[in-house]
Amino acid sequence: MVPTAYYLVLAAILFSIGVGSFLIKRNIITIFMSIELMLNAVNLTFVAFAHHWHQINGQIFVFFVMVVAAAEAAVGLAIIIAIFRTRQTLNVDQIDLMKL
Amino acid sequence: MSPQTSMTPAYYLWLIPLLPFVGFLINGTLGRKLPRAAVTAVALFFTAIPAGIVAWLWSVMTATNAPEAIHAVSRPWIAISGFQVNFDFTVDHLTLIMLGVVTGVGFLIHLYSAGYMAHEEGYWRFFAYLNLFMFFMSVLVLASSFLLLFVGWEGVGLASYLLIGFYFKKDSASDAGKKAFIVNRIGDFGFLLAMFLLVAHFGNLNFTDIFSTITQHPEWHGGFLTAIALLLVVGATGKSAQIPLYIWLPDAMEGPTPVSALIHAATMVTAGIYMVARCHTLFDRSATALIVVAIIGAATAIVAASIGMVQHDIKRVLAYSTVSQLGYMFLACGVGAYAAGIFHLLTHAFFKALLFLAAGSVIHALSGEQDMRNMGGLRKRIPITFWTMTSGVFAIAGIWPFAGFFSKDEILYQTFISDNPIAKLLWLVGLVTAGMTSFYMFRLWFKTFFGEERFEEAAHDAHSHESHDSHAHGVHESPWVMLLPLVILGILSLVGGWGHVAFGNFLDPVFGSGAVAEVATTASHSLELTLAAVSLIVVAIGFFFAWLFYYKKPGTAAALALKVKPIYSLLENKYWVDEIYGAVIVTPLLMFTRLILGGLVDTGLVNGSGALAGATTRGLSTLTRRVQSGNIRSYAGWLALGAAAILVVMIFGRSLWVH
Repeated sequence: MVPTAYYLVLAAILFSIGVGSFLIKRNIITIFMSIELMLNAVNLTFVAFAHHWHQINGQIFVFFVMVVAAAEAAVGLAIIIAIFRTRQTLNVDQIDLMKL
Repeated sequence: MSPQTSMTPAYYLWLIPLLPFVGFLINGTLGRKLPRAAVTAVALFFTAIPAGIVAWLWSVMTATNAPEAIHAVSRPWIAISGFQVNFDFTVDHLTLIMLGVVTGVGFLIHLYSAGYMAHEEGYWRFFAYLNLFMFFMSVLVLASSFLLLFVGWEGVGLASYLLIGFYFKKDSASDAGKKAFIVNRIGDFGFLLAMFLLVAHFGNLNFTDIFSTITQHPEWHGGFLTAIALLLVVGATGKSAQIPLYIWLPDAMEGPTPVSALIHAATMVTAGIYMVARCHTLFDRSATALIVVAIIGAATAIVAASIGMVQHDIKRVLAYSTVSQLGYMFLACGVGAYAAGIFHLLTHAFFKALLFLAAGSVIHALSGEQDMRNMGGLRKRIPITFWTMTSGVFAIAGIWPFAGFFSKDEILYQTFISDNPIAKLLWLVGLVTAGMTSFYMFRLWFKTFFGEERFEEAAHDAHSHESHDSHAHGVHESPWVMLLPLVILGILSLVGGWGHVAFGNFLDPVFGSGAVAEVATTASHSLELTLAAVSLIVVAIGFFFAWLFYYKKPGTAAALALKVKPIYSLLENKYWVDEIYGAVIVTPLLMFTRLILGGLVDTGLVNGSGALAGATTRGLSTLTRRVQSGNIRSYAGWLALGAAAILVVMIFGRSLWVH
């Protein structure tokens, strides 16, 4: 049986990859994918702990997270399309309208 | 006292200050809209009634063989644990005299003002202030505690300030008002300290309690009593314009002439004398304080008289004369002859009010001319003013049988026989002052009423007092409302001194019969006559020089002035006292204010700290502004960093806090 710690370490690695690529990548779609990766890393820890403590709460939270992620992806992709239509680019460094 | 006899006068006591206050309220609030006649009626009515009440009180109090002070029903005013002051009025014989002066002379001056101020702007304002003054002055003299006296004391100061600066559009007038106010505050500081000491030592501020405590302790001499007495003297020098705080009174002549007569000659300035006389129990226990009072009085008398000899402004001569005469009263108090001081206060109120009012009548006749060099020969033009003023001049110069002779002679005699170590010197100073007084008063008399006419009727507008523009026609006698008070005061100046022995007896219940009894003894009678003869001779010498310089050979004075130029300019410039005060006190104070307070504290500390706070905020904001970059990835980076920091704190922080 695989120890819980392994899952957590894997989740931490996945989360770090997500954070890292979020910070490094310029393409907005790739950034979006790294957000999904972070969410899934968190989901993995929820599942691991739920299994470890024999509690159902973690499993339920995973469903919530997936629902929110699906909704966010839908809205996010719509925004991405809108941005692409107006600015003809997906490079976030060029989308800095809110800069002071 | 049975309730029937005590309740009635006590009830009316409240009306004496209250009625002028009502007059002040009416004229002060509605006066602007009322016609002048109504303003006059209100002002006169609310001062005439108190004068009537005082006259009635006078008859009540002199009717009883064993005179007792009348107390108004008192109400607790300030009550703190262990300390209580009542709102309480008392009338004894000393108060009665002061009340008589304040309400009697006050009413006459109100009457005169109705004529003198008839063409002035702000007529209602003038009478409102005048009534306010009457209110505070009666509170001052009626008060039966130091604190209530202080209320009146400050109140008359306020009224004086308002009235000096009555022509507030004129800078010199408003400056004079400020000067009077500030100089008086310095004196009041001493008065306040004296009250604190009184509270500390006696636990209360009522006259009767404090003085009976002192009487019960015959072994108390000097020490804290000297301290209290000297601090009270500081207050009195401010109010009564004595050295070193006399400088405000001559400047106060910027106010309307009736104000000079009422406040700066007859009533308010005598408050210091009244206060010292009121506290005679205290002063009698401190030889040091008495000597200080006597020296201040004598020095003020002679210094002011010497300045008065060379002034050209008719009102300024009278102002210095007032300072000088107040010095006489101080001298009297300083040698323990309180009754003589109060007697001089009374006669001085008559003749000085008269002199000021007559001077006002002269100024009125010449449409605002105040410089005596432009007067002369007015004797025939304004005869009633001339004759009444003559009565005043003879009275103040101390010529028998006018009022001033008796009171001044009494003071000189009392000074001579007092057991003060420098009594003879003080007497000599007083005598020389009497000669000077005679000289400058007759100088004024000759220059104004005799000789050739130096005023030009055609050139009126050139010197015209701005507020007198409306009647720039020829030299004219004043209306009857102005002449009537003159005539009454003129008669009082003539006969006011005749009851001087009875007067001393009248004040016995207040001062004890010690000081005055000696006058009646035959042993010293010849001495008194000799001294009177000496002072009459000195007065005659003063008269002779005035006659010689200003009537017989008008050029002599100017020639003499050139010969003794340094002395003359010293006197003409009033010993440069104002300049000395300016150099010693005002300039350093201004420098301190500008450099230390203005430069260092205000610009440096206050503005600096403000600027520093601003700069700090600005600097911090330029730093933090970089965080708001608009770059998604940098936001995400900060977020990750924050999350990492929280994580670190959560994992390792606990171990940090616990140890």
